[in-house]
Amino acid sequence: MLAVELATELRAFELRLELAVESGRCLAIVGPSGAGKSSLLRAIAGLLRPREGRIDCAGEPWLATDRGIDLPPERRRCGYVFQDYALFGHLSAWRNVAYGLGHLPRSSRSAAAVALLDRFGIAELADARPATLSGGERQRLALARALGSRPRALLLDEPLAALDASTRVRATRELHELTAAAEVPTVLVTHDFAEASVLADEVAVIERGRIVQRGAPDALAAAPVSAFVADLTGSIVLTGAAIAGDSAGTEIQLDGGGIATTAATGVAPGPVAISVHPWEIAIEPADAGAHGSPRNRIAATVRSGASSGGQCPTSSKASRGA
Amino acid sequence: MSRWFPTTLVAALALALVFLTLPIAAIFLEAGPRELLDSLGDQQALDALRLSFVTTTIALAVILVVGTPAAYLLATRSFRGRSAVMTLVELPLVVPPAVAGIGLLAAFGPAGLLGGAIEDAGVQLVFETAGVVVALVFVASPFYLRQAQAAFEAVDRSWLAASRTLGASEARTFARVAIPAAVPGLAAGAALAWGRALGEFGATLIFAGSFQGVTQTAPLAIVELFGNDFDAALALSAVLVAVSAALLATVKLCTRGQDRALGVDVARG
Repeated sequence: MLAVELATELRAFELRLELAVESGRCLAIVGPSGAGKSSLLRAIAGLLRPREGRIDCAGEPWLATDRGIDLPPERRRCGYVFQDYALFGHLSAWRNVAYGLGHLPRSSRSAAAVALLDRFGIAELADARPATLSGGERQRLALARALGSRPRALLLDEPLAALDASTRVRATRELHELTAAAEVPTVLVTHDFAEASVLADEVAVIERGRIVQRGAPDALAAAPVSAFVADLTGSIVLTGAAIAGDSAGTEIQLDGGGIATTAATGVAPGPVAISVHPWEIAIEPADAGAHGSPRNRIAATVRSGASSGGQCPTSSKASRGA
Repeated sequence: MSRWFPTTLVAALALALVFLTLPIAAIFLEAGPRELLDSLGDQQALDALRLSFVTTTIALAVILVVGTPAAYLLATRSFRGRSAVMTLVELPLVVPPAVAGIGLLAAFGPAGLLGGAIEDAGVQLVFETAGVVVALVFVASPFYLRQAQAAFEAVDRSWLAASRTLGASEARTFARVAIPAAVPGLAAGAALAWGRALGEFGATLIFAGSFQGVTQTAPLAIVELFGNDFDAALALSAVLVAVSAALLATVKLCTRGQDRALGVDVARG
């Protein structure tokens, strides 16, 4: 169990949040760049000292500013996978892994390092320098190095961001298996909600240093608390005004014209925002009969179109108005 | 018709090249290799070369031991007055060597600021070989500090952070990641400092004097020799040119090596 509670000034705002992750669980912190995600990981790892806070891992206090406790990074031992992997360019792959094996006797480190590389399918690259590896190979090397140091928590900073699309699918699956099998708490930060929803058991959305919503990925996508969260989950946000509500739902006069009905009840009349997932929208000619039984049919003019290359939605839950 | 500008550029470069290489070439052309070798048998020249080798080596060792951690601090920490410290550390670069000699006397000379303390410690600097080393360290260390700081700044900060999370203390990170990754840049700085120390003249003359076998390094010997034995002065000069050229080549090779050592950065693009 990793419990974090901290407050510290970042460049433009204050990072102030509380979170807890059980061992074997993965929490994803999702937010736009500059929201304080990496600073949070650095604070957990001991690389950034917050103004005040407490961090406990498996019952051991790592940080307690009120009691003057602040363990250095080398005593916290977080398996940290940096956004650019931070592989040592002057060392070969196996030496990169062996660097974190300080807890083993010197004579057994090279065999242990190669065994770890083998587990990640890159044993044949043991003598290669990081600069000669592909993006996917570097990511595996970074994971092997982080896990080899017997980490007490896994911290992953945009672990898939540096990969190209073709490697990413497989790397995502492998990473998911790895975090699920890890016996320590994992904190993952990403700007990509879809990535978070695949990898994490729970997602916390961070906006300007604060966690604004937290829950299972599906629940977040289905009921975003704000336009910001809705936008992050990939929804389209429409604004309007609630005009009438009953036990069956609420009618909303959209600012752009037309009336939409949502299943939400008990909405007070007044301005509201509703989120719609793009994959739940079907476009039909105005004179065609409706397929299925959509709750809302809104007349509109198609102004432009773009192909997105057959992307699949990651969630198909219906959205409710907010 | 508009060929005059490219022609001017070529002419300017040719002029600079001839002007800068002719005096160097002349040293070797003026005296044949045989005469050079003969002149090197001169006791004064041999003493000077030996002394130059010993004093520059000791000075370089002092510069490396103190300068490396100091440059690391400047490269990795931000603190109040950091740029002021950097300026002060670079000051000897622009101070005229003679002024440096006077300054050293005022600080460490018998009547200087720390003169009493140094004398109490039983150390004699003025007119002694130790004084030569002090003068060399003073004029040469900024060359190393500057280059070493740049080399440490070029090391990816996330490497240092990664090292800490992998269980290495700050000292171990310095020794196992920062120094090895910066080693080509550090070597280039060391070669530059060595080159500067080898050519040092003014500060040494004023602070330590010019006594054969004790404080008379190669440049001081050249000045003394050229009055009565021009060939010996030429021979000594030829040796210094050869060593300096080798040091320059080392700097060039090391600077290229630094890019390779940090290959990850280059490849990341």
